Amino acid sequence: MNVSTPGLSAEQVTEIIDLVKKVHGFDFSDYSKASLKRRLSRVMMIKKLEFYDLKHVLVNDPDFFQDFLEEITVNVTEMFRDPTFYKALNTQVIPYLSTYQHIKMWSAGCSSGEEVYSLAILMEQSRLKDKAFIYGTDINTVVLKEARKGIYSYRSIKSYAENYQLAGLKGTLTDHFTILYDAATIHSELKANTLFSVHNLISDTIFNEFQLISCRNVFIYFETQLQEKILELFYESLAPHGFLCLGSKETIRSEFFKKKFKAINQKENIYQKIGS
Amino acid sequence: MALDKDITTRWHSSDILLLGGSAGSFKLLFKIVRFLDGDLNKSVIIVMHRKRNFASEVERLFAQHSRMHVKEISDKDRVDKKTIYIAPPNYHVLIEKGGSFALDVSEDVWFSKPSIDITFESVAEIYKDKCTAILLSGANQDGAAGLLKLRNAGSLTIAQNPEDAELPEMPQEAINLNAADYVLSTEEIMELLKS
Repeated sequence: MNVSTPGLSAEQVTEIIDLVKKVHGFDFSDYSKASLKRRLSRVMMIKKLEFYDLKHVLVNDPDFFQDFLEEITVNVTEMFRDPTFYKALNTQVIPYLSTYQHIKMWSAGCSSGEEVYSLAILMEQSRLKDKAFIYGTDINTVVLKEARKGIYSYRSIKSYAENYQLAGLKGTLTDHFTILYDAATIHSELKANTLFSVHNLISDTIFNEFQLISCRNVFIYFETQLQEKILELFYESLAPHGFLCLGSKETIRSEFFKKKFKAINQKENIYQKIGS
Repeated sequence: MALDKDITTRWHSSDILLLGGSAGSFKLLFKIVRFLDGDLNKSVIIVMHRKRNFASEVERLFAQHSRMHVKEISDKDRVDKKTIYIAPPNYHVLIEKGGSFALDVSEDVWFSKPSIDITFESVAEIYKDKCTAILLSGANQDGAAGLLKLRNAGSLTIAQNPEDAELPEMPQEAINLNAADYVLSTEEIMELLKS
């Protein structure tokens, strides 16, 4: 709860970035420094580490890095986060997608899977479940394990009820879960056409062709150059006229990519690939 | 009533006006937004607690009634003068070294996203003594620790007089932490901004 975090200098942040890159092969150098600094301070506070201790365990404790990665990356998400986005998908994108034989979707930076299952529910309600397949990827193996299980606390699912309702979907969110005490398990038929795997947007490449890529509230953690590198990856990974969904506060600013993606909903930042 | 010279001098030399408010602060924030001059050569940043899905109504309302340019913050927006920036619901707002906004969706702080503490702390790191910050009405403790960081960095820090605030807890906590250079009534706040 306390935000009084240990002050890290810009040089110390760079030192940690270099160390992590050298020892663990993860490159955080193009991450937004303001949030990275905050996350690093947070790790130090949670783990009760001084700056030098942090460097020490990063080098000498092989198990620590997975923990570190989990704390450094932001894994806060919701089911149907930004209901107006899902409404826009439903009215502007789904009718177009429904004309395809197969619909492959990629939720990039999927964390514990809430967005993947939100998309799965949306496809089910549009009667497109059987031709849809949704890939969820993240760099964090711990959250991917959670995503594969598809088990959330009943309390958290209840807190997304308003999102679901505002998205304009039928019934209630809990209709899609089996509730047992405090555990809410996503229905198995919604899980059937999903696959979760590790993918690092910074270092990994194209792995499939998609009709829709959703990468929301991931770009906010990246500096502009890195965003553009990943936009290139998304462009190459999209089928002709495929859709790219960014977070509601993440716009494509580069003149180059503005020519490659047409904004079909400027408020929700839904884009469509131009050309092939 | 006259404000002392120290406070007006520091207000005039500020590049940033930072406003933090929670429950009970809307009326005064709206009044300030309506009042500020279109030529005010400062960046105004407003962090206000509000409901997650309470779309961008506030931005629209403020824009309709303000003589300054009003914008709900998007990621990587530059912090420009003569503009009122509003923290979007469900995001924390940080400032990047070069003077641009960075958004963050991490955990709530004091059950709030945006958190006033997070933005105040980040502004203190980047703009040091170049800021005037006012903490308004609210029912929790968000903002007090951030205001203290701003004070320690040399910025001008003000708490709304708790007796004037619809909900006194937030400015009171700032006073308890000794985070406020000045405790001002609503009238005095308006007078300072007019000066």
